[in-house]
Amino acid sequence: MSDTPNVVTGDFETPTVEPPEEQAGSSPTGATRREMRSIWVAGTEETAWMRNSTDEGAQEMLEASVDPAIQAERGIPVEDDFLETEATDNDELQILNMGPQHPSTHGVLRLHLELDGETIVRVKPIIGYLHTGMEKTGETLTFLQGGTNVTRMDYLSPLHMELAYSLAVESLLGIEIPERAQAIRVLMTELNRVSSHLIWVATQGADIGAVSMLIYGWREREYVLQFFEKVTGLRMNHNFIRPGGVAADLPDGWEDDVENLLDVVPKGVSEYEELLNENPIFRDRTIGVGVITPDECKALGVTGANARASGIEWDLRKAFPYSGIDKYEFDVPLGKHGDVFDRYLVRMEEIRQSLRIVRQVLETIPAGDYRTTDRKVTPPPRKRIDESMEALIHHFKLFTSGFKVPAGETYQAVESPRGELGIYLVSDGRERPWRLHARTPSFAHVQALPTMMTGSLVADTIATIASIDPVLGDVDR
Amino acid sequence: MTDGITSDQILGPLAAAFPDVEFRQVNDPPQDVALVAHGQYRDFVAAAREAGFDFFVDLCGVDYLRRQPRFEVVLNLLSHVHVRRLRIRVGVPGSEPTIASITGIFPGADFYEREAYDLFGIGFDGHPDLTRIVLPDDWEGHPLRKDYSVGSVPVRFKGSPRAQ
Repeated sequence: MSDTPNVVTGDFETPTVEPPEEQAGSSPTGATRREMRSIWVAGTEETAWMRNSTDEGAQEMLEASVDPAIQAERGIPVEDDFLETEATDNDELQILNMGPQHPSTHGVLRLHLELDGETIVRVKPIIGYLHTGMEKTGETLTFLQGGTNVTRMDYLSPLHMELAYSLAVESLLGIEIPERAQAIRVLMTELNRVSSHLIWVATQGADIGAVSMLIYGWREREYVLQFFEKVTGLRMNHNFIRPGGVAADLPDGWEDDVENLLDVVPKGVSEYEELLNENPIFRDRTIGVGVITPDECKALGVTGANARASGIEWDLRKAFPYSGIDKYEFDVPLGKHGDVFDRYLVRMEEIRQSLRIVRQVLETIPAGDYRTTDRKVTPPPRKRIDESMEALIHHFKLFTSGFKVPAGETYQAVESPRGELGIYLVSDGRERPWRLHARTPSFAHVQALPTMMTGSLVADTIATIASIDPVLGDVDR
Repeated sequence: MTDGITSDQILGPLAAAFPDVEFRQVNDPPQDVALVAHGQYRDFVAAAREAGFDFFVDLCGVDYLRRQPRFEVVLNLLSHVHVRRLRIRVGVPGSEPTIASITGIFPGADFYEREAYDLFGIGFDGHPDLTRIVLPDDWEGHPLRKDYSVGSVPVRFKGSPRAQ
């Protein structure tokens, strides 16, 4: 393995770094010990571990030969007083490490920013701090248990994760889902889109200084979560949408709760717009910030509201309808400029459109089963277990060994609040998936951050990160 | 399914240009799958992009352990114009798991190829920065390989004689 030339383990490098030869030519150039690199108390001796603790590690950005401080530590002669050295192109560049514990990174995202004064020259996102091997875990759980695993990936839109997973399993099983179950799925996922966008506008506002926005967004989201709690028993990680249908029928009186939501949330959204749309500070900090063009979106796999803010007319609910969502009328809002402000406008309108779908579900939901009657996939009703031996066996088999899924592979995607959320599932004909891969939208969006941020000001970093709506559980899995 | 593919407006020209590529339709509603040989992979992806599949969606590895070739790289492309998906599957031998990188065609494949390298140990020839992405740099092994066991952490109980 070690002698294969194809496995490159080099460092991140782009042409913006000066070649080291130039450094050697104009000798003392910036090759100065930066005393502030390590922290120690004046009067005590600086020890090796103090130096090492502040050295850039395996994921360094600058080459060691370019970094004057590292040169100094290697014994290359340098002058002591850095104020006396001549200015070069390179010596204004400064590396700023942001995260992974930064409150504005929405989790544990870490960024290496290379700054020229206030301007960002290069960005390198470093991820993996929340990696828990969920794809490997998925291979050890049965298809019935798998929902508990995937729902924890994107914890702000767990129902979309469950839906994508269930669609993938059902596509291999080849089973039909009753209309009522499909309507419940649409109702729950669209409400989940509302709650996710509400938390987005809350944190986006808080990150760029409109702290009261945080309280307002949370306030309306609470109503949605209370409804989820009533229906599924949990506020998040519901495991409600399962292969074959949903876990339970909607509770009595759910219509009143949804009516209440349809009344409260639009009022809240109007309030946010009153607060933010004409707010000069909000506009200044979002218009023209973090721009990404449609071509860049296509090249980098940017989907969902972020792509629509750039003007890409694409919504999986329209293109590849799932769960009968094509029966409902709704519009796809589009932005023009691809900046943070357009992403905000698109998401606000998406909340309204989702509520429009919810209203239609409320009015047209059919009666019937909330899960398929295929007893190989869903358990029999509790009453039947007392009467029928067959039902008892089905129940026992289902919860001890699970159901088998025919061998094959499939890819099913849904439009999550963040973008295209796909599940690639390979089955070898047994009770557990052979391979479960989640194509998560945040992963692609974090990858697009350098494109959005290069050349912008360091103060816009936070606005840009928040605007792509990253969920780090979704990125790292 | 190969009979029907020549009459297909979008995939037909692709099938004509690459006679060795096997096209399949799986599941219902049908999903287009192209089984590509290792050597043709990069050329085929470039041709698919020209044919309208210009949106990079996903790339992942699969380990089929006892099958030859052992690994598979699965690439999902999307066409906004034709409203169609194309899944490209290419086998990668277990003895020398390397394949051409497509970051030159789709820059978005960057993170995805790093992830496949990290979790499966599949090398991508021509990738600008092929390093681990979700695991620490000093991690040993590639966890999503089937011969990498899930493992467990021993639980230490307070007061037990074995507790250190």
